[in-house]
Amino acid sequence: MNSKLTIGCDKNELVRVRQFTSDMLEEHKVPDLQAHKLVLAVDEVCANLIIHANDCNPDSRIEYNIIFKPKQIVFTFKDRGVGFDINEYESPSMEELVSSRRQGGLGLMLVKRIMDKIEFSTEKNHNICRLIKMYP
Amino acid sequence: MADISTENKDGIHFITVNGEIDAGSSIYLDDALKAALENDEKKIVADLSGLHYISSAGLGVFISHLDEFKLKNIQLALFGINETVKQVFDILGLEKLLTIEKTKEEAINSFDE
Repeated sequence: MNSKLTIGCDKNELVRVRQFTSDMLEEHKVPDLQAHKLVLAVDEVCANLIIHANDCNPDSRIEYNIIFKPKQIVFTFKDRGVGFDINEYESPSMEELVSSRRQGGLGLMLVKRIMDKIEFSTEKNHNICRLIKMYP
Repeated sequence: MADISTENKDGIHFITVNGEIDAGSSIYLDDALKAALENDEKKIVADLSGLHYISSAGLGVFISHLDEFKLKNIQLALFGINETVKQVFDILGLEKLLTIEKTKEEAINSFDE
């Protein structure tokens, strides 16, 4: 199965991203509950790239791939939008979110809690974000 | 992808959410909660037994209305959350902020008069 997917920056593409990720994880026999969390983290990063880095421009592309290594799964996203290092993002507290009545802010909190490592780099006008999950 | 329906019965406003709520479809859940606010509903039960997936966008909709609900004495209870969806609530510790029950009866019984 091809482990690469290219999507346009449209929120409707998130369904395809989740299906693709879910299929790959199932093929590699990742248990359902764990797979669901990984699909969620991928969905959150993709939604962030589509909405914030690429302003929902369907002509902008995100290249996404999954690599299964002996001890880890690596999810890589490549785009040309506004670069943003998740590691530098400080999630608001739940109390702040409730009192500010804002809807955003939970996604990257989820990604940080689900993944073991997040890497961000910029290479030749591309932003590269890698989410790494270690096998137990 | 997301199918949301509402019903009023015995003084309770029921919102039934089926399918998947993500960054693209969370607006429908938001619309349903806003409509409940506009109609001055005081007791809201969200039936999530047909919800297969929710991302932060959907959770954010619930969180964003909590302050106003508290201010207006609106009670909200969720029920029927399946195991995979529940773990998303658990990762964020949302059980401390939201009333989450197993069954419809428990959700209804969680309300103060």
